[in-house]
Amino acid sequence: MRYAMAIDTKKCVGCSDCVVACQTENNVPLGFCRDWISETTDGTYPKLELEIRSERCNHCDNTPCVRTCPTGASHIIDGGIIKVTHFECIGCGACIESCPYDARYFHPEGWVDKCTFCDHRLKNGQLPACVSVCPTKCMYFGDLDDKNSVVSKIIATRKWKVLAPEAGTSPQIFYLV
Amino acid sequence: MKTNRRDFIKISSMGAGGIALATTPLLNWIPGMIKSDEKKLDDIEAKRYPNYCEVCFWNCAGWVYTDKNDKIWKIIGNEDDPHSNGRFCPRGTGGVGMYTDNDRLKKPLKRVGEPGNQKFVEISWEEAIETIAKMMKEIKNKYGSESFALFKHGSSGKHFAKLFKAYGSKNIVGPAYAQCKGPREEAFKVTFGHPLHSPEPLDIRDTKCLVLIGSHLGENMHNGQVQEMSDAIDKDATIITVDPRFSTAASKSKYWLPIKPSTDLALLLAWIHIIIKEEFFDKEYVEKNTSGFEQLKEHVKNFTPEWAYGITTIKPDLIINSAYEMAKASPSVIIHPGRHVTWYGDDTQRLRAVAILNALLGSWGRKGGFFIPEKAKLPKYPSPKFPKPKWTWRDVKKGEYPLASTGVTNALVDGSHPAYKGEHPIKAWFVAGTNLIATMPDLNNTVEAINNLEYLVVVDTMPAEITGFADIVLPECTYLERYDDIRVSQHREPNIALRMPAAKPRFDSKPGWWICKKISEQLGLGEFFKFEDYSEVLDWQLKKIGSSLEEMKHLGVKKIGRKFDDLYFAEGEEPEFHTPSGKIELYSSVLESYGFDAMPVYKAHPEPEQGFYRLIYGRTPAHTFSRTTNNPNLMDITKENKLWVNPKVAEEWGLKNGQKIWLKNHMNRVSSFSIKVRITERIRWDSVFMVHGFGRTDKRLTNGFGSGISDTELISDIKIDKETGSTGMRSNFVTFLTEKPTRV
Amino acid sequence: MKEEIITSGRMIPNIDPVLHVWHWQIPVYLFLGGLAAGLLFFASYYTLTGKTKNFPTAVKIGPIIALFAIVLGLIALLLDLKHPLYFWQLYTTIRLESPMSWGAWALFLIMPMAVVWIASYLKEIFPKLDSRKKFASLLKFIIVETETDKEFNWDWKFNWLRKFEQFVIKERKPFAWIMIVFSVILGVYTGILLSAFNARPLWNTSILGPLFLTSGLSTAAATIMWMSKNHTEKIVFSRIDLLLIVVELFFITHLFMGYVAGSQVKIDAAHYFLGGEYTISFWVNVIILGLIIPAILESLELLKFKVPIAIPAALILWGGLMFRFIMVDAGQVTRYLY
Ligand SMILES: Nc1nc2c(c(=O)[nH]1)N[C@H]1C(S)=C(S)[C@@H](COP(=O)(O)OP(=O)(O)OC[C@H]3O[C@@H](n4cnc5c(=O)[nH]c(N)nc54)[C@H](O)[C@@H]3O)O[C@H]1N2
Ligand SMILES: Nc1nc2c(c(=O)[nH]1)N[C@H]1C(S)=C(S)[C@@H](COP(=O)(O)OP(=O)(O)OC[C@H]3O[C@@H](n4cnc5c(=O)[nH]c(N)nc54)[C@H](O)[C@@H]3O)O[C@H]1N2
Ligand code: SF4
Ligand code: SF4
Ligand code: SF4
Ligand code: SF4
Ligand code: SF4
Ligand SMILES: [Mo]
Repeated sequence: MRYAMAIDTKKCVGCSDCVVACQTENNVPLGFCRDWISETTDGTYPKLELEIRSERCNHCDNTPCVRTCPTGASHIIDGGIIKVTHFECIGCGACIESCPYDARYFHPEGWVDKCTFCDHRLKNGQLPACVSVCPTKCMYFGDLDDKNSVVSKIIATRKWKVLAPEAGTSPQIFYLV
Repeated sequence: MKTNRRDFIKISSMGAGGIALATTPLLNWIPGMIKSDEKKLDDIEAKRYPNYCEVCFWNCAGWVYTDKNDKIWKIIGNEDDPHSNGRFCPRGTGGVGMYTDNDRLKKPLKRVGEPGNQKFVEISWEEAIETIAKMMKEIKNKYGSESFALFKHGSSGKHFAKLFKAYGSKNIVGPAYAQCKGPREEAFKVTFGHPLHSPEPLDIRDTKCLVLIGSHLGENMHNGQVQEMSDAIDKDATIITVDPRFSTAASKSKYWLPIKPSTDLALLLAWIHIIIKEEFFDKEYVEKNTSGFEQLKEHVKNFTPEWAYGITTIKPDLIINSAYEMAKASPSVIIHPGRHVTWYGDDTQRLRAVAILNALLGSWGRKGGFFIPEKAKLPKYPSPKFPKPKWTWRDVKKGEYPLASTGVTNALVDGSHPAYKGEHPIKAWFVAGTNLIATMPDLNNTVEAINNLEYLVVVDTMPAEITGFADIVLPECTYLERYDDIRVSQHREPNIALRMPAAKPRFDSKPGWWICKKISEQLGLGEFFKFEDYSEVLDWQLKKIGSSLEEMKHLGVKKIGRKFDDLYFAEGEEPEFHTPSGKIELYSSVLESYGFDAMPVYKAHPEPEQGFYRLIYGRTPAHTFSRTTNNPNLMDITKENKLWVNPKVAEEWGLKNGQKIWLKNHMNRVSSFSIKVRITERIRWDSVFMVHGFGRTDKRLTNGFGSGISDTELISDIKIDKETGSTGMRSNFVTFLTEKPTRV
Repeated sequence: MKEEIITSGRMIPNIDPVLHVWHWQIPVYLFLGGLAAGLLFFASYYTLTGKTKNFPTAVKIGPIIALFAIVLGLIALLLDLKHPLYFWQLYTTIRLESPMSWGAWALFLIMPMAVVWIASYLKEIFPKLDSRKKFASLLKFIIVETETDKEFNWDWKFNWLRKFEQFVIKERKPFAWIMIVFSVILGVYTGILLSAFNARPLWNTSILGPLFLTSGLSTAAATIMWMSKNHTEKIVFSRIDLLLIVVELFFITHLFMGYVAGSQVKIDAAHYFLGGEYTISFWVNVIILGLIIPAILESLELLKFKVPIAIPAALILWGGLMFRFIMVDAGQVTRYLY
């Protein structure tokens, strides 16, 4: 099993609902976030292009954050989801330094937190909170190993890119462009 | 404790040759060092309660979840709800912040000392209710009930409206008309015989071409429309956006027409010109269903794209190509009517042009155009007949705004102003759920009117600016903590939705229905509110239509099948329109009868002087006006507004990104606070843009105070739409002050 | 114009707008670790080459300083932890791919070695014991006074300690072998800790390892030459140090050549030092004060000019410390996105 997400930048309106939903679903303390929205405007008036992306941990295949963690608090679970075990985390910051996407943060209690792909919901057969709330339905989630999953299908038919591929982390969030 | 981990196979992260020593389970039990792993959210014994959202007036239905401590945890859309389709917008999701906000009004407040001073003492509900009843009796005796006006917005406004009708005043107004969709409603009514109402019956999901004129869907998060726009993108529909700003919608569009603000009517006339000249219109439909086509044809014959280019700065080929695109999609095309349309004072006429364009392309009553909505019917809970008031808001400004079909807020503000010389002055206001200070343009005028009042009572959930002017402030509990009326709204399928409390009211706040009931009893009008709890009213109503409160608590939303199979016009059908001619009136006999232009005429609007820029404003996805600009969850997403400035303008002024500046408008109104500059190519050089709702001036708002600035403070030049009395708010021009202005 | 912004208001402490998760603790930890590694390396090295007599400071005093450096370094590391009560989780696993892990282990293991090393020389360094000295009283639990010829002398309190001491002194060479291996691990570790973080373009270069190792050795050499009272030892370490400075400058040149020949993010990273905000602090503190001036002073010294050795030594230590501060700070500023 290999969970992944595909996000359609053509449909995303950058409303941040995915961010608010993640915060309430996962009790992310205010002032912090597991996902966020970036907007890139290119060009000169009136010839402009705008790309909006909802970003979060890429649940990389090649995970510097897990490798650099000295305690094993950062680990990989079934489906390639990268998680942090709070009571094993010493708060050294190594994983934060090693993530090219700045996808992790220190929870005010000291441990490191990040997107979990809402594995607690997956267990119940639900989609991640952000995916399930997105008003434009621009997020697709599923198993890449299953050729019939929505993600597999959409990345087979659409053009996509990943973020900072040169960082070599093999990210598993695909942006449909 | 480790169950979470045991459920999954912990894949070793070690590469070849790595060694991982298993964590000694014992070590994890060292006293004081144990903490649970992730909070097991799915194990929280969550309960859910139905509600419909009050963060904006789309009123999406959803579920409010509470955790095991009965604290509100999250809000999720109801799958059966056609407004939300199970997906809330960020504001609805962040609605929890309305409940958790610790700055909320906590107790009834009474002003001490001079009117206008900001000293309040907490009082009991009994005292508050008694005082208000005394005021209402006094006004009634001195001037008649009609002199007490109700300004309301939102669901709880309905209870107060009932109270006022029972009391004898029909001076009941809300900003959703004259500051919002008034001109649109009347323009569509005179054209098609039917206003649009909310949610607008736009078949966006099936459209082939969506034309947005200033409607900034995606920033304007009216949920159903945003969702359907996304569906349309999926189906490769063409989007055309007319906006001086490269809005989110513009970025998703095939054509962006960066129009010079205030000139939309010229563009619309040129489009009509092309569509008629090139015979792009739906001939059969136009012939069968419209009247006045020949007059229109004659009227627009000189409005060429070249003519419009000179006015709008949109190149002729762009005007022609976009018109062709609409024609190609006809009748599955929507020239979006917009919602907040009170722009330049000629708004009814502009929206008339929009209606005409839709008529020509045959989109009304057609798939992918405007569908015919249907609404459920709920019987009224028994109550006595309301007394008939001697005069209404119409009499305040005699003979003006003849098209206005409902109360005009600014007419009543004018009627309260010391400068009012008419026969029917307004003497007291009751304000429920509208922050008039942020909402009404020409702030000084509003404040002067308020200072001229004998009484002002405000019901709000937050210490909004308007509460600072009140004699009595009543804290209403939020929509998450109360019952309100059943939501009955028009849609493809008629449906009803329930709101019920998910938690006990925090602090000493009370539901609107309770407040009204108590006041009515003091006034001897208890007959109008004959129930102990509002749930009785709802149960009574629901049982009448074969449902019950119990059932609705489980369903949240109930769809009631359509009575008629007429979502779209049937093939060969000759529909009747509720206009004088029974046809779609391209030439409006109603407008003509009142002496207005029967067909829209473009008239030039004032333009900014050297060094000034047109102030345009709009929405940001995570906020609704000023009602969310203290909401902890939503302020976390967007904590201030910024001033969009074109790089060329910034260079000329030497402005830096993020620099704080103050604004002054052409009537010397200066912003209370500074705003950060955002230098961006996404706006024309003759305009600046900011989001409405920020720049809160009440210090009790710990998140919102002084964050960004308020557009309202700079909107003092109002262009009144003669037909409807609506306030055109975009004829204000601002210049930059790089130093903090000194105030006198 | 290209505009890249985050619109969801993200402003996480220490991460936005630029990463600043590692503050002073990590550079101090790296500096002290490098210094300790160098000191223990030289001590072991001269023991293995049988030159303990010629290099008394390197062999006997250096490890004492190293021990202090290790302890302070560990304290710095601990202060860096945001969840410090759980620090023991570091020692429930060894993760070879995590430099943080084997660094923690290396420090943890090398510390008792340094203690034993120092203890086994204690009688040589402090043959007499002045019982009034606080230090002596602190060690009371482990040593006893022995009175001979009206002089106060001392010995270990327990017989097994005496035996252990004998054993260490006898097996000093094998012991030195172990310690030199660990000191190299520690030294390399302080170098590659940063370069293991590919996510930060500035750190993502293999030269950083040898460069930090050289710099660590150089600070150790400077310390020894500063502390030493032995003329030949001073001269030898001054020469070693000069050599290390040359090697360091060579690495630094290559470091920058690597950046500017690299991808855009690397070029951007280099710009922080070539005109950007770290230019002055880097070139003045690290290159001029920390390398060039000491090199000149040491060359003068070799040419028999009289130079107070404390000056180049202190400058080298300063440069080494600043180098780590600047690299840790600047590295966090460089990034792939936005
Ligand atoms: N300058 C400027 N003015 C505008 C606009 C603009 O874009 N710019 N937009 C116009 C438009 S389109 C509209 S529709 C109007 C909107 O105008 P309003 O509806 O007045 O807008 P808000 O600022 O949200 O004020 C709502 C008030 O209701 C309170 N409130 C929220 N929930 C409840 C509740 O459950 N009960 C009670 N009693 N109070 C509650 C909030 O705390 C807030 O004080 O503004 C118009 N005015
Ligand atoms: N997130 C969010 N969504 C909301 C609300 C909210 O408060 N927050 N409020 C809701 C309410 S009540 C309403 S009424 C609607 C309002 O939403 P809309 O009807 O979409 O609002 P407008 O004010 O018409 O549109 C603002 C846009 O008009 C552009 N504009 C300014 N001047 C001109 C002009 O002269 N010509 C043209 N063509 N465009 C111009 C601005 O650049 C901006 O993009 O939004 C609703 N949705
Ligand atoms: S909720 Fe969906 S549309 Fe909104 S920002 Fe997130 S991904 Fe984009
Ligand atoms: S995005 Fe960052 S935190 Fe997530 S797996 Fe990749 S490197 Fe680790
Ligand atoms: S901060 Fe925690 S999760 Fe991150 S590397 Fe250190 S111990 Fe591992
Ligand atoms: S998958 Fe879950 S944890 Fe990750 S960003 Fe979405 S809501 Fe947050
Ligand atoms: S559109 Fe958003 S704010 Fe408005 S009612 Fe729906 S969920 Fe609530
Ligand atoms: Mo509105």
